[in-house]
Amino acid sequence: MNTITKQSINGGEFLIKDTAAQDIFIFEEFSEEQKMMAQACQDFIDTEIHPKIEEIDSMKNPDLVPSIFKKAGELGLLGISVPEEFNGMGMSFNTSMLIADIIGGAGSFSTTYGAHTGIGTLPILYYGNEAQKSKYLPKLATGEWAACYCLTEPDAGSDANSGKTKAVLTEDGKHYIINGQKMWISNAGFADIFIVFAKIEDDKNLTAFIVEKDFGGITMNEEEKKMGIKGSSTRQVFFNDCKVPAENLLSERGNGFKIAVNILNIGRIKLGAGVLGGCRTVASYAIKYSSERKQFGVSINTFGAIKQKLAEMAIRTYACEALCYRAGQDIEDRMAALAAEGMEDTEAKLKALEQFAIEAAIAKVHGSEVLDYVVDQGVQVYGGMGYSADAPMERAYRDARISRIYEGTNEINRMLMVGMLLKRAMKGEINLFEPAMAVGNELTAVPSFETIDTSELFASEKDVIKKLKKVFLMVGGKAAMALQDKIESEQEVMMSLADVMIEIYAAESAILRTEKLVSLKGEEACKQQIAMSQVYLFEAIEKIQTAAKEAIASFTKGDEQKVMLMGLKRWTKSDLVNTKELRRQIADYMIEKGSYPFS
Amino acid sequence: MKILVCITHVPDTTSKIQFTDNNTKFDKNGVQFIIGPYDDYALARAVELKESLGASLTVLNVGEAETEPTLRKALAIGADDAIRINAFPTDALFVAKQIASIAKENNYDLILMGRESIDFNGGMVHGMVGELLGMPSISPVMKLDIEGDTVKMAREIEGGKEFLEAKLPLIAGCQEPIAEWKIPNMRGIMSARTKPLNVVDPVDSEIATDVTTFQLPPAKGSVTLVDKDNVEELVKLLKNEAKVL
Ligand SMILES: Cc1cc2nc3c(=O)[nH]c(=O)nc-3n(C[C@H](O)[C@H](O)[C@H](O)COP(=O)(O)OP(=O)(O)OC[C@H]3O[C@@H](n4cnc5c(N)ncnc54)[C@H](O)[C@@H]3O)c2cc1C
Repeated sequence: MNTITKQSINGGEFLIKDTAAQDIFIFEEFSEEQKMMAQACQDFIDTEIHPKIEEIDSMKNPDLVPSIFKKAGELGLLGISVPEEFNGMGMSFNTSMLIADIIGGAGSFSTTYGAHTGIGTLPILYYGNEAQKSKYLPKLATGEWAACYCLTEPDAGSDANSGKTKAVLTEDGKHYIINGQKMWISNAGFADIFIVFAKIEDDKNLTAFIVEKDFGGITMNEEEKKMGIKGSSTRQVFFNDCKVPAENLLSERGNGFKIAVNILNIGRIKLGAGVLGGCRTVASYAIKYSSERKQFGVSINTFGAIKQKLAEMAIRTYACEALCYRAGQDIEDRMAALAAEGMEDTEAKLKALEQFAIEAAIAKVHGSEVLDYVVDQGVQVYGGMGYSADAPMERAYRDARISRIYEGTNEINRMLMVGMLLKRAMKGEINLFEPAMAVGNELTAVPSFETIDTSELFASEKDVIKKLKKVFLMVGGKAAMALQDKIESEQEVMMSLADVMIEIYAAESAILRTEKLVSLKGEEACKQQIAMSQVYLFEAIEKIQTAAKEAIASFTKGDEQKVMLMGLKRWTKSDLVNTKELRRQIADYMIEKGSYPFS
Repeated sequence: MKILVCITHVPDTTSKIQFTDNNTKFDKNGVQFIIGPYDDYALARAVELKESLGASLTVLNVGEAETEPTLRKALAIGADDAIRINAFPTDALFVAKQIASIAKENNYDLILMGRESIDFNGGMVHGMVGELLGMPSISPVMKLDIEGDTVKMAREIEGGKEFLEAKLPLIAGCQEPIAEWKIPNMRGIMSARTKPLNVVDPVDSEIATDVTTFQLPPAKGSVTLVDKDNVEELVKLLKNEAKVL
């Protein structure tokens, strides 16, 4: 927990409020103990997973992944978030983010891990009653039992609540009989526990059940043949008169969709962190390969075009780290604050997670897209070898792609973040309209010629961030007024607004992380981090400009459009940054260190 | 039964080695430190013995405050308590004297350490401690079992293995495959913070050696590949480029 002086803002409020650097948590602040845990996790991956990655992905030995899974259980990695009373480790939220981050470098096993510890275990942890928790959690926390999560169906993917799986209460009221088909179920092949979402009678909403494999009536198709994460079990699961004791209904009838949404919410921010291990591993491989590979008589890492890629991999990873751990700590602090106010523990955790659902969606989208960028450039740095299945990049490239699809596709998450923000604004939970009005007034007023004192580090960058927030308020505010409830069907505008939100949060997080780091280590020691933050911001401005222009063009005309474009120009004005020099400097540092050197 | 494991705090095997102060000091900047890999094996075997024999297990390091994370890792792996002798480990004899002084006070039955550290690779400390304590000291030990007060060991020797027995108390310098090295589990890591880590002052000991300068091996030059049929070219290169003919 941070000090009491910390000012905490609500979820989504980063768009209308400033955050001070000392109020965010940064990766560099993890304690010796947390770092030891991360290292233990890395050692586990290096000894148990990397040497066997071919065998894992071949799926030829059906006992291999379950045996690695058991070892992870012995190390305590499967019970990170489970309280100690249920055989878990009871660790803080941000520690669980850190572990997900490191496991992210484990290829397909990271999906196995996430499906079990996240969507498989958490529904019971957060929504189970005492009897359910004591029956299931201890065995899930130690890996004696493996769990999976059965939400998706052939005809119900993004529209998850439309599932057709039925649960019918027996006449004696003692059992539910479940019938239906689930699809794309991670860990299904070796799971003992299935969290199943089904509808009772003609309910509008799903209900969740804890189903043991031994209840019977469960059959499966063969393993799906997938593009990547081939070592992660994914199967269709059929429930044929599966008899589930009535006490295995989770939470209440009709509460299943809420459970699904809230659990995915946690899954999303964990996935944001869960790409980081992969990003660092790939960047490190690229650094090494580029120093060994020679063309035209020199190492390819002496070429500007390669340096540009190495640096850019690091810059985006650094920003993603910054935003994930910032949001993770905000959630953790809110959990503690609500519990301190007397809220029941589980309730406090869920409320805190819900509060930062916008940030969680941002983490998921930003993280999965950073990972895809990093693996794509990783392949490019390797050239022909990048395309060869004998080198590590080919696998990384394939494995990365799923992250943009599961835990809610990135399209769904983009719409969610904007939708949630607008909904909160309508309900008065976040005061978006006043700042939006103020920005509207500023648009037509004479521009202020105030100059800022740029002697302080990041003074002008922070000023730019402030202005970028005005861009969001201008475009978002106008879109909400012009389109009203039609905005949901103007998905392209929603996507543009989401892009603006994501880039503001990421750029601001990178700058705040560096500012805090400078306050701990001094400017000289943080030269690369300063450069990375500056380049990130520069690129964010470009992206925001494009997204905003597209949105403006789509729903405004004439004078209004002109005024908005002028506003956009005014608020995206920034000093030109010599990105070439900065990226070279960053890349040279990475090459000197020999691996991703920023966390 | 009381076991002592002496561990070193050494740069990770993948670290870039650089020097400062006119090549007289190792540059620690940006270097990650770990438990010496051979010490790690010794510790892993000690943890197994602790579990099977119900022994107590103490870890010791001669080092300055910065080595405490390494000691806490050993606690996380399974040691009961730790001792840090607060001094820079200047040379082998200095370190051996420090270890011997603690060992005399505490009457350990078994003292394990790595066959050598991986920073200076002296491989002398176990022998010196044996001499100072008047105990047998055996190295490199790759298998070690205890039956009553007899220690059965296998040692690697030139071209084969040697099997030997000795009575406790005893000192052994260990290497793989004496045990599989252990990754600390999460519970171990969490309990490490509640286990005692005692800092003691060093005993006086003169320092017998002085490092005047370190030198890195010459950087690897580039390799020129010559076609196997082109002997003439090879001779030409050896004469004109390498100047060895
Ligand atoms: C390897 C793998 C593992 C998985 N593991 C699990 C698991 O363990 N448990 C589980 O329950 N599910 C799992 N899934 C399912 C996954 O969550 C779904 O695939 C995902 O939610 C998308 O659903 P869909 O495949 O039906 O795609 P669709 O919903 O058909 O989407 C197709 C496209 O349409 C877009 N789209 C859909 N609706 C909208 C809309 N309203 N507006 C705009 N665009 C839209 C999507 O973004 C996407 O681009 C897994 C999937 C894979 C591939």
